[in-house]
Amino acid sequence: MSTDSIEGQAGRLLLPSYARDDSSHPALDTPEYKSTSLRHPSQPLQRLPQNLTEVTGPVLGHERVSETDHDLTIQHDDEPLGERIVVSGRVLDSDGKPVPDTLVEVWQANAAGRYRHAGDRHPAPLDPNFSGVGRCVTDEHGRYRFVTIKPGAYPWRNHDNAWRPAHIHFSLFGRAFTQRLVTQMYFPGDPLFYQDPIFNSVRDPKARERMICEFDLDSTVPEWALSYHFDIVLRGSGATPFENEEDDDDD
Amino acid sequence: MTTEHGEPATTPSQTVGPFFALPDGLPWPDGPEVVGSETDEAFLLRGRLLDGAGEAIPDGLIEIWQADQHGRFDHPDDPRGPSASMRGFGRCATDSDGRFWFRTVRPGALPTPEGEREAPHIDVTVLARGMLARVVTRIYFPDEAANATDPVLSTVDRRRRDTLIAVAEDGGFRFDIRLQGAGETVFFAV
Repeated sequence: MSTDSIEGQAGRLLLPSYARDDSSHPALDTPEYKSTSLRHPSQPLQRLPQNLTEVTGPVLGHERVSETDHDLTIQHDDEPLGERIVVSGRVLDSDGKPVPDTLVEVWQANAAGRYRHAGDRHPAPLDPNFSGVGRCVTDEHGRYRFVTIKPGAYPWRNHDNAWRPAHIHFSLFGRAFTQRLVTQMYFPGDPLFYQDPIFNSVRDPKARERMICEFDLDSTVPEWALSYHFDIVLRGSGATPFENEEDDDDD
Repeated sequence: MTTEHGEPATTPSQTVGPFFALPDGLPWPDGPEVVGSETDEAFLLRGRLLDGAGEAIPDGLIEIWQADQHGRFDHPDDPRGPSASMRGFGRCATDSDGRFWFRTVRPGALPTPEGEREAPHIDVTVLARGMLARVVTRIYFPDEAANATDPVLSTVDRRRRDTLIAVAEDGGFRFDIRLQGAGETVFFAV
């Protein structure tokens, strides 16, 4: 039977199973990114079965999102400075299915590379018309769309003359606790990639490419804004039974 | 963008960084309120997030997910039918002393696909600067007979099991999270 269907049988629960995908993700202990040294578990992770708590998750829908949340350029009296961009794409699972009705949250530096945060001491100008926070909910096809300003690169103190490539942080819930993802979207051709230990913490070059958006002329708004396309892929719910350790399909 | 089997490959995780707590950013004013203070049997779940040197982590984000008192989820994939008296989600940024808190209730026990019963527990996600992917742990309760037969707790080394069990304190429970070193919390690959 399809692992998509979820039916109670006599005394037995049939649950979806979200295949682990460790190969995509960075190691928690990544010495080049110095802050990991005291912030990664030293003991091996224990296996957690995917039971009811893990295959469900917070359903945070439209009530969390206001009309202007998806457009970071209209949240203040005037427009922020910088290069206007549209960032759009789809949230999919690794079975290729769209993930509808999921909250997508973004946060970013302004065009000068500064966050509106008390802890950001980079001496670049703050923009009174830019908060750098957006959210939206995916539609029935898993689509999302933000309007924002291209963030600037900024220095940090990880290593000598360290600079973060321009990026936008993304937070997604998906449908289940097992699908939760926090990631960063990068821009094509950034000359800072080679020296950034956070970007390069993802060892597989193909996997790193999945964090880089694509310039998207078709979505550009003429005379107004450039556009980038960024699909985000969460774990799938079990169309790859050969990867499943759980015997969730015993027909 | 696809695996050798043709499916799209997942997007890698990256750190939440130090600046997720922008005004109106990830932390919400009512984020730690899984239930309101008027709720019967509501209690405070408090703890600290500590690094491998025992120092407070002031730029962490803790999220919890749990069933309601009856062991039910507000979710369409619960095969018993969606039902819950609350959302079940909480989110709290750590403060300058690494402290976090939630107002919640004790969840009910849960059936497993194998026909076992899970003791009441809360799933936890930990995100912070310096953490390239979230880590996951579970909170159990100290005075719970079902802990003895819980299918997850029983797989954990006896000497480390205490790191998963909250400590009763005035007004609720305490659950400290140690990312590394002495008393390191047990974390799970989910």
